[in-house]
Amino acid sequence: MKQLLNKKNILYVIGLAAVYGIIQFLIMVDIINQYYQVNLVVICINIILAVSLNLVTGFTGQFSLGHAGFMAIGAYVSAVITTKMPQEYSFFIGIFAGAIIAALVGLVIGIPTLRLKGDYLAIATLGLAEIIRILILNIDYVGGAAGLTGIPQYTNWTWLFIFTVATVLIIVNFIRSSHGRACISIREDEIAAESMGINTTKYKVLAFVIGAFFAGIAGALYANYFYYIKPDLFGFLKSIDILVIVVLGGLGSITGSIFAAILLALISAYLQSFPELRMVIYSLLLIIIMIYRPQGLMGTKELNSLFRKKAEKIK
Amino acid sequence: MEQFLQQLINGISLGSIYALIALGYTMVYGIIKLINFAHGDVYMIGAYIGFACTTYLKLGFVESLVIAMIVCAILGYLVEKIAYKPLRNATRIAALITAIGVSLFLEYGTMFIVKPDVRTFPAVWEKKSFPLFGDIKVSNTQIVILVVTILLMILLQYIVHRTKTGKAMRAVSTDSDAAQLMGIDVNRTISITFAIGSALAGAAGVLVGIYYNSIDPLMGIIPGLKAFVAAVLGGIGVIPGAMFGGITLGIIETFVSGYGSSLYKDAVAFAVLIIILLIKPSGILGKNQREKV
Repeated sequence: MKQLLNKKNILYVIGLAAVYGIIQFLIMVDIINQYYQVNLVVICINIILAVSLNLVTGFTGQFSLGHAGFMAIGAYVSAVITTKMPQEYSFFIGIFAGAIIAALVGLVIGIPTLRLKGDYLAIATLGLAEIIRILILNIDYVGGAAGLTGIPQYTNWTWLFIFTVATVLIIVNFIRSSHGRACISIREDEIAAESMGINTTKYKVLAFVIGAFFAGIAGALYANYFYYIKPDLFGFLKSIDILVIVVLGGLGSITGSIFAAILLALISAYLQSFPELRMVIYSLLLIIIMIYRPQGLMGTKELNSLFRKKAEKIK
Repeated sequence: MEQFLQQLINGISLGSIYALIALGYTMVYGIIKLINFAHGDVYMIGAYIGFACTTYLKLGFVESLVIAMIVCAILGYLVEKIAYKPLRNATRIAALITAIGVSLFLEYGTMFIVKPDVRTFPAVWEKKSFPLFGDIKVSNTQIVILVVTILLMILLQYIVHRTKTGKAMRAVSTDSDAAQLMGIDVNRTISITFAIGSALAGAAGVLVGIYYNSIDPLMGIIPGLKAFVAAVLGGIGVIPGAMFGGITLGIIETFVSGYGSSLYKDAVAFAVLIIILLIKPSGILGKNQREKV
């Protein structure tokens, strides 16, 4: 307990509470109106998605192009549960059921496919996510191609903030644990990691399942904010969107993912005013950033390590 | 039996289009190990060029096909020079994201210029179908698709195996450092590979426009992915593998639509891919490479 209550952690808690409080206040006095709130929700959901994908792709080095598939599972499971039992507590049942089922699917998919490497794994996960989407498309119970409407709106800023912070905290702590170190060693050199006695399959699957779990949470939060979901929302392009955030922020940088999620949401919100040119500018930005900064905005560094370095230099 | 043969014919003509696109994927992957996501969009641009040539310039089929192939070759060349070349030594994932960026740029750039509506491809010739035997029919479009595909594949085999450029391409794909030491201009060879692959995709675009009669700026995404599946199926980096994989995928897909449900045909294509990857990751015609430490 002594370790938990150090100065740094208290400062973090105060900082987070301040962020939450300020935004909650701005929502209450309507400075952040409905339109900005949508962007806020998108930012938080994208942070959860990007951080969880970063665990798989950035830290464990397993290139997944199917993250949207797990998001779809979370969204659909929780949407069905909250629509069938519209009570306040069913929101949590929905979120956790969605996340656990997504994690189970991740386990079933992960065990066979994580034997593959690099591009092959990418294309296999892409294929699996497409299969998930097509299966959902063909289940009439959840509305097929037309989608599922009338999902009660339980997601609000408070829950969004709690889940986002919890996701980041859990994943950061996982990475700093011995399991996380094992995952990083797989990224650095799988053969070397294996010869040091690390069960590489176990850790790859573990990272993949954790990633799927949080993608499920993100999907559930999404479904319970926007009233309406359809299979097309979770297609191949969504997976790419998430990967773009991760790569832009820097593979292996949690703060990078958070920063990139916010930056991309702001860019895309700003470009709303030029709907026809929006995607053209977005894609050009993507190409230019990749050409001039292929390691992403943050590389593998974290924001606080940058500060620490500066502080050391000053000393 | 009759339905079986009819499906087989439809499958082969669809599959030969996949094969044409898959060739470009496999050549580019073989030479610089990049999944060129923009390849499906080059195919879409090919369809639009074909559309412009036949509708506005009133050109015939062969001229339109050749013009589309040339324009796509130039496009492929430019894409490589501008977007991929600066990333030659960057991580694979950065190159992949760039490819996705190029893909989005081509899709939405085209959409900005031609507007997102679906356009009807004009009939280049009168549609006829010839009875083969019994109720089995083959249309003149299907014959043209097959003939053009076979001709282009023979031409490609000739270039790759009989010319100096082809030899350079094979050398670079085996070991680009060694090839450079032997005095091969690696950059030029990569550019040529992109140009040839894109020309084939352009040809596929025109053929699809004629076959299905409708084109739109996002038409390249799904065939692009499927062609990649086809390339992996046959063994990525192996040219006969792309042809074989494309035609196999086309046949599987028409059989699933014909006997099962067309809603599941994309799912089956990906399921086949995953099964192949798990059983024989190097593809059906691919060679196994031993991992070196």
